[in-house]
Amino acid sequence: MAVSRLTFERNPEISLADKIGQINWGLVFVITLIAAVGCAMLYSAAEGSIDPWASRQAVRFGAGLALMFAVALIDVRIWFRYAYGLYFGALLLLGAVEFVGTAGMGAQRWIDLKVIQLQPSEVMKVALVVALARFFHGQGDEELARPTTLVVPLALVTAPAALVLKQPDLGTAMMLLMAAGAVFFVAGARLWMFALAAVMAGAAVPIGWQFLRDYQRQRVLTFLDPESDPLGAGYHILQSKIALGSGGLSGKGFLAGTQSHLSFLPEKQTDFIFTMLAEEFGMIGGLVLLGLFFLLFVYGFAIALRSRNQFGRILAIGLTANLFLYVFINIAMVMGLIPVVGVPLPLISYGGTAMLAVMLAFGLVMSVWIHRDIRIPRRGLGDT
Amino acid sequence: MAYVHEDQTRFKTFSRRALLLAGGQTALMASLIGRMYYLQVVEGERYRTLAEDNRINIRLLAPPRGRIVDRFGTALADNQANFQVVVVPEQTSDLGRTLDDLSRIIEVSEEDRARILKEVRRRRPFVPVTVLDNLSWHDVSRLEVNAPALPGVAIEMGQTRRYPFGEPMTQILGYVAAVAEHELSGDPLLELPGFRIGKTGMERRFDDKLRGTAGTSQVEVNAVGRVIRELSRDEGKPGRELVLSVDAGLQNFVHQRLLGVRSASAVVMNVHSGEVLALSSAPSYDASAFNIGLSSRQWQELANDPLGPLNNKAIGGTYAPGSTFKMVVALAAMEAGVSPGHKVFCPGFMELGRSRFHCWKRHGHGWLGMHDGIKQSCDVYFYDIARRAGIDRISEMAVRLGLGEATGIELPGERAGVIPTRAWKQAVIGERWQGGETLVTAIGQGFVLTTPLQLAVMTARLANGGFAVRPTLVRGFRDAMAEGEEAPSSPEATAGHVAEVAASRFAPLGISEAHMKVVGDAMDAVSNHERGTAYRSRIEEEAWALAGKTGTSQVRRISLSERQSGVKKNEDLDWRYRDHGLFVAFAPVHRPRYCCAVVVEHGGSGSRSAAPIARDILIETQRRDPSASGLRPLAAAGGQVRGS
Repeated sequence: MAVSRLTFERNPEISLADKIGQINWGLVFVITLIAAVGCAMLYSAAEGSIDPWASRQAVRFGAGLALMFAVALIDVRIWFRYAYGLYFGALLLLGAVEFVGTAGMGAQRWIDLKVIQLQPSEVMKVALVVALARFFHGQGDEELARPTTLVVPLALVTAPAALVLKQPDLGTAMMLLMAAGAVFFVAGARLWMFALAAVMAGAAVPIGWQFLRDYQRQRVLTFLDPESDPLGAGYHILQSKIALGSGGLSGKGFLAGTQSHLSFLPEKQTDFIFTMLAEEFGMIGGLVLLGLFFLLFVYGFAIALRSRNQFGRILAIGLTANLFLYVFINIAMVMGLIPVVGVPLPLISYGGTAMLAVMLAFGLVMSVWIHRDIRIPRRGLGDT
Repeated sequence: MAYVHEDQTRFKTFSRRALLLAGGQTALMASLIGRMYYLQVVEGERYRTLAEDNRINIRLLAPPRGRIVDRFGTALADNQANFQVVVVPEQTSDLGRTLDDLSRIIEVSEEDRARILKEVRRRRPFVPVTVLDNLSWHDVSRLEVNAPALPGVAIEMGQTRRYPFGEPMTQILGYVAAVAEHELSGDPLLELPGFRIGKTGMERRFDDKLRGTAGTSQVEVNAVGRVIRELSRDEGKPGRELVLSVDAGLQNFVHQRLLGVRSASAVVMNVHSGEVLALSSAPSYDASAFNIGLSSRQWQELANDPLGPLNNKAIGGTYAPGSTFKMVVALAAMEAGVSPGHKVFCPGFMELGRSRFHCWKRHGHGWLGMHDGIKQSCDVYFYDIARRAGIDRISEMAVRLGLGEATGIELPGERAGVIPTRAWKQAVIGERWQGGETLVTAIGQGFVLTTPLQLAVMTARLANGGFAVRPTLVRGFRDAMAEGEEAPSSPEATAGHVAEVAASRFAPLGISEAHMKVVGDAMDAVSNHERGTAYRSRIEEEAWALAGKTGTSQVRRISLSERQSGVKKNEDLDWRYRDHGLFVAFAPVHRPRYCCAVVVEHGGSGSRSAAPIARDILIETQRRDPSASGLRPLAAAGGQVRGS
């Protein structure tokens, strides 16, 4: 009790006005810039019209900004206190999807997609990082040397990953695992454990292949040899590469991408939107967008290093790693570097849930920034 | 201050690792840039050429989905042309005037007009803009006639699935809806926007045959995407037409009849061929709502409805068979050596150990043999012979007659039910079989669970002389006919019935003919002897008379205190605690052709709730039998009025 009282005295409450003053406007500016690029691409995808995508996306971004500010102004200690609550809430939702989804009849899938399915797994991507940050906040160097320490966080990762895998959504499950891997890494888990995990994962590949659905195997095989079936499953990757490659260094000009507009490109407003950008603005345009994203990552890492509590540090790094995974997987996919997985490009692709999840994550990073000087004791916040 | 020290080492580790992570991410970003450079600069020229070649655009053409027709060729599921009128702005001389002209022929509201003008501004001038959707045939023909005066106006045709019979057919047909990700199989058709796939019922079971194969149209487009010409066209293969054994008219009749009670299911089957003529579960739901897409609230309402409209109760509902199980017990006992003449005295109960097992008739039936035991459904008689036969013989006979395992009908969602044996109880419940449980099983209560379809199969096997007939809903597939072509009226298609010889396809069950006759005669007496339990629901027209068996299946045990505190009548209970009423029957008695099983959920006694429905259904079935058309059809009306 005495300890926590002391800590609190060193951490006087910050007034709301101070918090607003602390908002990192540089970060807000970069986010808005990227979202503006997204709206411009959606305008182009609709043949030069703000309907049906660009206008709605702009509205969603507005809502996302409001959410981000609200989340950012909430004390980081509140997020710390309710970290597990958030996690188990998200886990419960994921489980509910599984329950509803197995009730039979085949129509649920469609309903899941509309109202539930996307949401829990998107929320879980954030909630998992929050819960892991909370856990590792309490672990010192000595604890981290013991393999038993990792039992709890491994369980925290496995439960949602297994549920998502059952849906089945291989892409999201992989993202959960990789984001968690980044958190384990920065939190200080021993390197030999990663080596062990890598060896085990390698051994699991042939076994996992047996469990893949036909369409998932098809995607992997198509990735390995897209030209084998140019009109079937390999069509998307091939067309995406043609569109992207034909853009050249400087692109064909805004609204002038032939491949995108002639409907050779599938899903041009969602997963393949980067292809359209690279076709219309060429490699220069692609570099500019990558540069903007790179700036976001730099902000994320800088905020993490400036934070004076381990929870905030891990949270900022974990969420930034998450964002990086989105960006990397999406762009690598459309360029044929990895198999096709349904991952949107954050802030750019058309879609409501992904947008809100990303803005929620930025809100948390911003909260870490605003409350960077607050210390949180190793043992937690006491009984308050 | 060990903590502070440790926090510092922890921060050091963190910073080092964070930098490593940042380095890794930067490297990955660099690889993206490298890839971009490779595709856009190094290979850029090649891809630009490929993009030029891409001017040959291959478009997939969705084949028409195969129809589903009933045994007489009546369409149960077909494709409705969905006509829309579109306008191509660049082909009109003055868009406003064209729209004015158009609105003199069909109704174009102010809102539509505003929407069209807005869309036209946004799009390139050669892209067609939809004016109106779902045009009537009348409007289409008026537009066609006026086409020369309407430059730039065209009619496009799409297709939507139509189920002309609506709810009565849904449980069999299922429905189609948008493709879900896990259903993608590599068939490019499934990736077409708006493509529909079978989600349940026949639409799902035979989706591969109904779907057809994709056609392709190769078109040449210019640099801005205008179609210059079509280079080649492959129409693909339309889906095959599925012919069901169902008689749509009968199915409709059965469904309407079942809607008279709250929740029920029924099966009508040819006892020789196993062809199912009607299979209905009421209440049902409207399949076309799924085609358009349900709101989550509508779905919840359907899924949570206590009457279970989504569940096909005829194959997915399991019920204790009650006294309809007594034929099984009788046959098992006779095989075990009990003579049909074996007499038992029924005082209204039987005592076993310290328990007392009651007969439904409180004061007992007195002395009776097997014939009267079935006719009056005396429980004590069956307690006695069940003890002589033993549970394992009874179960074995039940399985031979088609209970306790899925019948294999071509519908998803069929359940197997339960036929208990000693081994089953040991394995599933982990306890030894009790003697009293044999008695409970003898009257079709306790662990026994059957589906209405299984009960129909059992009845068919009793009626066809002991052949292992299996139910089927499918007569076959045929290639879709071209537009306007009529179905060939082969005698087989119009007769709609398969001759009795078909029974020889099925293996004999090895049940003695004499035993079968005992059971058959007793079922005759159940409905045609004045002391039979279903006498009130007999068919008076002799040529159509039915033989049946009533059953009442307890949902909730009436407790001892309730029994003592005065008669607790079934009608006094809350609906969901009331007994299920069952009836199985075949007709005509002497040359059986059809059988029918009816289960009325919480309907009370089988003789009162299910038997009248089965009677009406069997009259209608025989009335619709084309080979019976020579018989006096007026008798049908007489039979229906009586006793209802």
